[in-house]
Amino acid sequence: MSSHAHSAVHVPPAPTGFWRKYIFSVDHKVIGIQYYLLALLSVTVGILLSVLMRFHLVWPSAHIPLIPGGMMTPEQYLSLLTMHGTIMVFFVLTTAPQSGFGNYFLPIQIGAPDMAFPVINMMSFWVTFVALCFMLAAFFVPGGAPLSGWTTYTPLSGLGEVTGPGEGWGQTMWLISIVLFCFASLMGALNFIATTIDLRAPGMTLMRMPLTVWAWFVTAVLGLLAFGVLLAGGLLLILDRSAGTSFFIPAGVVVNDAVQNHAGGSPLLWQHLFWFFGHPEVYIAILPGMGVASHVLSTFSRKPVFGYRAMAYAMCAIGFLGFMVWGHHMFVSGMSPFSGFAFSVLTMSIGVPSAIKTFNWLGTLWGGKIQFKSPMLFAIGFVSLFVSGGLSGLFLAQPAIDQYLHATYYVVAHFHLVMGVAAIFGIFAATYFWFPKMFGRMMNETLAKWHFWFTFVGTYCIFMPMHFVGIAGGIRRYSEPSAAQYLMNLQPVHYFMSIAAFITAAAQLFFFVNFFWSLKKGPIAPKNPWDATTLEWITDSPPVHDNFGGVYPSVYRGPYEFSVPGAARDFIPQDVKPEAVER
Amino acid sequence: MNRTAKGSAATPAILSLLLVLLVVITAYVFASGAFKAPPPITEIGKQVDHQYDLTLIVTSVVFILSQLGLAWVIFRYRDRGQKAEYNHRNTKFEAIWTTATIVLFVGLGLMARHAWAVTHLQPAGSDALQIEVTANQFVFNFRYAGPDGKFGRLDPKQVSASSGNPVGLDSADPNGKDDIVVPTLTIPVNREIELLIRSQDVIHNFYVRELRLQQDAVPGMVIPIHFTATQVGRYDILCTQLCGLGHYKMHSFLDVVSEQDYQAFLKQQAAQ
Amino acid sequence: MPGAVATEPIVTIEVGGPRGPKSTPPRRGGGDSGGGAHEVPQRTYVTGMTIALAGILMFFMALASALIVRKGMSNDWQNLTAPKILYLDTLILLASSFTLVRSRRHLAQGHLDSFRYWWNITTVLGIFFLAGQLIAWRQLAHAGVYLGTSPNSSFFYVFTAAHGIHLLGGVLALIGVALRPTQRMTRSTVTEVISMYWHFMDALWVFIFLLLFLGR
Repeated sequence: MSSHAHSAVHVPPAPTGFWRKYIFSVDHKVIGIQYYLLALLSVTVGILLSVLMRFHLVWPSAHIPLIPGGMMTPEQYLSLLTMHGTIMVFFVLTTAPQSGFGNYFLPIQIGAPDMAFPVINMMSFWVTFVALCFMLAAFFVPGGAPLSGWTTYTPLSGLGEVTGPGEGWGQTMWLISIVLFCFASLMGALNFIATTIDLRAPGMTLMRMPLTVWAWFVTAVLGLLAFGVLLAGGLLLILDRSAGTSFFIPAGVVVNDAVQNHAGGSPLLWQHLFWFFGHPEVYIAILPGMGVASHVLSTFSRKPVFGYRAMAYAMCAIGFLGFMVWGHHMFVSGMSPFSGFAFSVLTMSIGVPSAIKTFNWLGTLWGGKIQFKSPMLFAIGFVSLFVSGGLSGLFLAQPAIDQYLHATYYVVAHFHLVMGVAAIFGIFAATYFWFPKMFGRMMNETLAKWHFWFTFVGTYCIFMPMHFVGIAGGIRRYSEPSAAQYLMNLQPVHYFMSIAAFITAAAQLFFFVNFFWSLKKGPIAPKNPWDATTLEWITDSPPVHDNFGGVYPSVYRGPYEFSVPGAARDFIPQDVKPEAVER
Repeated sequence: MNRTAKGSAATPAILSLLLVLLVVITAYVFASGAFKAPPPITEIGKQVDHQYDLTLIVTSVVFILSQLGLAWVIFRYRDRGQKAEYNHRNTKFEAIWTTATIVLFVGLGLMARHAWAVTHLQPAGSDALQIEVTANQFVFNFRYAGPDGKFGRLDPKQVSASSGNPVGLDSADPNGKDDIVVPTLTIPVNREIELLIRSQDVIHNFYVRELRLQQDAVPGMVIPIHFTATQVGRYDILCTQLCGLGHYKMHSFLDVVSEQDYQAFLKQQAAQ
Repeated sequence: MPGAVATEPIVTIEVGGPRGPKSTPPRRGGGDSGGGAHEVPQRTYVTGMTIALAGILMFFMALASALIVRKGMSNDWQNLTAPKILYLDTLILLASSFTLVRSRRHLAQGHLDSFRYWWNITTVLGIFFLAGQLIAWRQLAHAGVYLGTSPNSSFFYVFTAAHGIHLLGGVLALIGVALRPTQRMTRSTVTEVISMYWHFMDALWVFIFLLLFLGR
């Protein structure tokens, strides 16, 4: 007699043939892995770019093989930083946590056989892939990659090659890539939201959803509402560059003593459109990591998440407020100072739900029975890094202080700690946690631990000192410090950060080797190696085509029922009927 | 899986230690003052620093408590064979720390408004000395109105750096004949200065650390900022908004001089 | 051990209040889906369309904000008179919404021939609308008003092109339904979903029209 409720449903046969199975698959699990691998490729490129940047910052005249000309030029440095930022933000942080893990595990965690619209799901991956191709093509077109930063402010990005190398073809490739990426993200968001609303298993109420599902859901809502705005801005910029419009370029612009033929547009308009998207984007990057952190902290403390409801509401609050603070990127832009004040207060308020989440993570650990497996190490690291990175935001949120710190390395330190490290730790935690389920094999714990120690210490060594460079007035996006003596005095710190960066980048080999080696040679994974409670752990490792083999679960309790008094084991899976729980 | 096995204490011990080290080292470096902003040369700059210090105190407390709290909790509750507690929430604590956070964070934000209001919501005094700052790839030019006290009209079509008219003075406007255009900014001490910031091509930024002030130069806009420098000296002006390949070397100097020296400077420029 | 005599019940804390599993599992749609994809409940398509419309709305709102900002910014906003054909176009599109409603009502009552008839009228009206857009473009071009001529003309072309592309998608969907029934959605669901999209595009057109030509 089965202790799990079920509803038998007609299951369509799994696809056969290499192309339908692995390439043009509509199976959310395959698509999730495709996105993850795309992110893995992108992060490799992104890290390489940043290593080259850190190298240039401390050895600007060094001879670098393979670079045309032998020595890196300032414009090449700027192209590196533009592409580094763009690739990391879009093709790593917006893909792996959401489209990668979300695609794979959202349907399973809510007890569904697949996403609501599997064909659209497949399309969204392939459009993302084409977008990546265009983005990488920017390196190889005449003039090279653009140099206007991932923020692409106009008129620097709107006038074509006259403003700098890479602003011709390179910027065009960039814009096409981003426009495609917007379409892909909108399609993805559509799927996530519809699936969460309509395909939950019986008994899976909103308040019984794992926090990972909450995170993916809120993130998808952000994506749905934000990417349309970037799409609009991107299209208008393309028109300014190639169709003679002047949305973003004012009259009387003079470049190289030649007046440009434009009239009356507003550079600030681009900034508003971009940041209206750009701020929710950074929450898109971090929210899934928060969901994973909650999930992993609970599982490896053998304790329910502390304040589950507050956690869910806090994520909603962060998402909602995230749409109202974009002006804090524009305090010194020439925007109205009154709105500056409004944006400031709203931004300080976002610290509140973030703090609530941090306290609740500590509360989850408190009184627990903590096991320091690799997913847990990265989840704990996430909490520490999120605190460090989030707190510097409090300085930047105050315009009077931002007037000093804007465009210094302080800002770079802030967003790297939250996005470039904490969010990445979320991805690592998710990888170590779900690898057994996705690939049917366990990863190597020793390699994982080395990976963690090096990365945790290494990233702090890179980014904590960076705050000090900013406080001293070190300016970002400078390819060299030669302009002012005080900048040159900061070089020893840059030296330290670069060495730390090289070591940390190299240490990622622990991860890559572990990942690819374990795919083939890792010990076979059981269904539930972590004794976890959510629905993905009742499936096979990896799950069968429709996830549950035709026998779909019903849900009887919340997602984090660990160490329940009276139960024989220290966890109760969500799908076990109350009367069937072992005592 | 043996659920009751104790884990080794090495991992949590090392992790806790690292977190403690993080706090200690960070606190030490901040406290040592090894990396500081240069002293401000305006009154409002002192207020900005005061607000910064306040924020630093609040964030330091939160930082120290959180990181040390994390360090303690992971070590204290490492698996030693105990059973975990089963609880979901503690309404009292949640209410307390939520309220405290709201008060602290929003309070901090509200406290910062004065410094911002003085710089941006109050206009410059009517007798402030107006100087126009023109940014372009990759130089700053500063224009004074000259003895007639009037700025001449500008014409983008007449911009020509090579023929000595970098800001594009309109030759048809007599008011511009005595305008002084120089590549560094010289101002008298203890007088209110209003800078009119503009750009010819892309977005740049005018930044002087000691003023605790920076302002984007946006083509199509003229953006005023004002301040009163209280300290004679030479200070770096940097462009902080990415403006192209020469961004890193777009630099000038702010010279704050005595009133006498300022008059001498004007006279010398007028003679040219 | 199952079946053991229970002492006290195992109490788990229910965050959202006491609940049991929903009495009926979600309905799985009928029909063979092929290609390995599963069937979803019909209402999921309605949810999906609602979500899609929210995303599309944000795109157009971004353009509208850009227009409003630009209009208020400088004094070079040249007036653009609406080509007369656009008034006719608006009526055509409004009429098509009415015919669409009529068509669906016939479907609900089982009058398949009437359903098809009014559905095809809607499709034709949609095509006429698009033709009207092209005519308006032609007229403006003849008058020397192109994409880059003035800020107002830029927004005109961008808005009408964006709306037109979306409407073309709607027309293709109308034609698709006219030609053959879909596999995954019931006829009732697919008409509901298309009708949501169509009415939205209709209302959006009215908004765009007013935004572009009303209130100088």
